[in-house]
Amino acid sequence: MPPLTRWYIKLALAYFLAALAAGVWQAAGGPLWLTPVYIHLFVVGWITGMIFGVAYWMFPKYSKDSPRGSDWIAVATFGLLHTGLWLRVVGEARSSGELLVVAALFQWLAGTGFIVTTWPRVRER
Amino acid sequence: MPRVSVWLIRAALLHLGAGFTLGALLLVNKGVGFAPTMWHWLPVHFELLLVGWFVQLVMGVAYWIFPRFGMTRAARGREGLAWTAFILVNVGVGLVCLGLFGVGSGFALLGRLCETVAAGLMAANIWARTRASGIAAM
Repeated sequence: MPPLTRWYIKLALAYFLAALAAGVWQAAGGPLWLTPVYIHLFVVGWITGMIFGVAYWMFPKYSKDSPRGSDWIAVATFGLLHTGLWLRVVGEARSSGELLVVAALFQWLAGTGFIVTTWPRVRER
Repeated sequence: MPRVSVWLIRAALLHLGAGFTLGALLLVNKGVGFAPTMWHWLPVHFELLLVGWFVQLVMGVAYWIFPRFGMTRAARGREGLAWTAFILVNVGVGLVCLGLFGVGSGFALLGRLCETVAAGLMAANIWARTRASGIAAM
């Protein structure tokens, strides 16, 4: 399992716990901004993070010299996805429109980076 | 990776791109409020990512990676069922999105029906392959 995948999976597990904890807080009468945070910790941090990490590890190799495609795009995707998610959390908590815009850009770039690196690895053998 | 999985996973990636783009626009709109009617697209964002991306990716990977019945073309069960499921899930997502956006209530109903049939076909294909690893007779 490549190091980047280990980071993805361990962070995904942490987000899984964080999402469920946010759900407990929400059920206990937490603030309104918590609803989108709870949903996105779950679907972006846990599910999407897990998928990105496992796909990076297990999908067919890109080439012998570069088995998982561009390393720098993969690392940038990882950084952008998680930074974007945290900016989202802080932006929602502080009602900061600027942070939400940057979070949107970071997460969109992460999605695009994943598609660009994964697309050529999805092929018949 | 079998051809039908390639199509399912690539279609899932296209839905990921569309869903993330829409999600980013919704979040920017939440931040700076450039289009008040943007919120009408929120259910479409859910549909693209939950069914178009998550569900379709799982279908593609499961068809590829579950235990097989040998090394022949039929090793992954009835390929025709998987192709039909691929078509139905994508038509279903499209129809549901049209319905959610107010084109007509019948579109969402028909789309959900297509998605349900697709799920049934994929389950029928995967069911017998859900067993201990190793190649076995059908």
